Amino acid sequence: MMEFFALRGALLWEGTLETLFMTAAATALAYLLGVPMGVLLILTKKGGIWEHERFNAVFGWLVNTLRSIPFLILMVFIMPFTRVLVGTGIGPVAATVPLVISASPFVARMVEQSLAEVNSGVVEAARVMGATNWQIVTRVLLVESVPSLLRGLSISTITILGYTAITGTLGAGGLGNLAMRFGYQRYEKDVMYATVVILILLVCLIQAVFNLAARRSDKRNRC
Amino acid sequence: MIEIDHLTKVFSAGTPNECVALSDVTFTIEDGDIFGIIGMSGAGKSTLLRCLSLLETPTSGRIMQDGVDISTLKGKNLIEAHRKTGVVFQGYNLLMQKTVAENVAFPLRLAGKKKAETAPRVAQLLDLVGLADKADNYPAQLSGGQMQRVAIARALASDPKVLLCDEPTSALDSLTTSQMLDLLVDINRKLGITIVIITHALNVVRRICNKVAVIDAARYAEGGLTRDVFATPRTDVTRRLLSQADGGAEPKEEEQA
Repeated sequence: MMEFFALRGALLWEGTLETLFMTAAATALAYLLGVPMGVLLILTKKGGIWEHERFNAVFGWLVNTLRSIPFLILMVFIMPFTRVLVGTGIGPVAATVPLVISASPFVARMVEQSLAEVNSGVVEAARVMGATNWQIVTRVLLVESVPSLLRGLSISTITILGYTAITGTLGAGGLGNLAMRFGYQRYEKDVMYATVVILILLVCLIQAVFNLAARRSDKRNRC
Repeated sequence: MIEIDHLTKVFSAGTPNECVALSDVTFTIEDGDIFGIIGMSGAGKSTLLRCLSLLETPTSGRIMQDGVDISTLKGKNLIEAHRKTGVVFQGYNLLMQKTVAENVAFPLRLAGKKKAETAPRVAQLLDLVGLADKADNYPAQLSGGQMQRVAIARALASDPKVLLCDEPTSALDSLTTSQMLDLLVDINRKLGITIVIITHALNVVRRICNKVAVIDAARYAEGGLTRDVFATPRTDVTRRLLSQADGGAEPKEEEQA
């Protein structure tokens, strides 16, 4: 055991950090794009405060199309675009590009779902108090749905963490890459087991932290 | 003064699902009235309130408030008009993630006031509705009656001339209802605010409304001073409402009709 960590410990640590970097960067950027997309979806839908059925249909179709492309294929497909954008096709930074493109429409749907849970009566109440559409979005929808958004964030983060492992197969670094290079190609099964254990721990940790945050933030709990 | 002038609202006009919610409704609410709008479920009274609170645009007809047709306002003017009318919803519709004080301050914050500027007004309003000690609580920690009081305080925050109440007591027990009605009378007297109450409960109207309009099947059935309308009802719907309220047995003074 000690021998294994002495030999591969540094490698696993580096892989974990790369995975965490890719997950955090991709999640942050996916939310930067996904939140406005989710807001647009909810505003323009039938009965929304900025109803525009045609835009909603086209935009919803675009979101669904992006979501339906398998991640591995999307990653290869947009490689030229990635090279132009970040100057390279390999490594954690390059992997972030397809991760963000793949995750944003997913995040958009998660956000849409959370915002849809906000009581429509509260939106009407804000409207009769003289709220502008912008105020309804920023002061009602996005505030009232914080606990739900946080729960969605935990699902998105864990999904993106899973995707980072796939980028590893194409040389993007991280734990997926370790499992591929050492576990699969060099038959070092111990490395593969270690990466799986680390990933399980990461998922548990992310879930626990966001669950706690969601519970803490929710003022609907009586105490 | 609010003049409801030949107000008609048709949903899904021209489709097989066409639904006439209001048909040629005309009556006037004077300043300082506590005005009851009563009718059976589905009569159109909620649609009427949604038109008055500018959440629905009438299909035809006008709603004149102090000489201006408020039903056709748009953009900035609509927002200004919204601020002149407070609405209390049946389901309270409070912001669940904000404290009682933040809820009451909300309309003022929307109008661009700083938090510190709103504090004295919020304290005054919470005092008026008897919830000064609940300022830092969240709505989930309150009872239904208390939430309704927060909703009333919030509706009064921007100094409206009119307070519209949609079934303000239908979810409350009889004692809480009684306190709520006392509070509304208090607000009407102290602040001189016109109050419009939508209800199916005749007792609410009888107890606090000086005038009443009876809505039946999308139409204005009758209306006038509450005591006249209930003493000498001229329509079947009013008689039906009266007999229901009295548990089937109409009291003597109403039998003369």
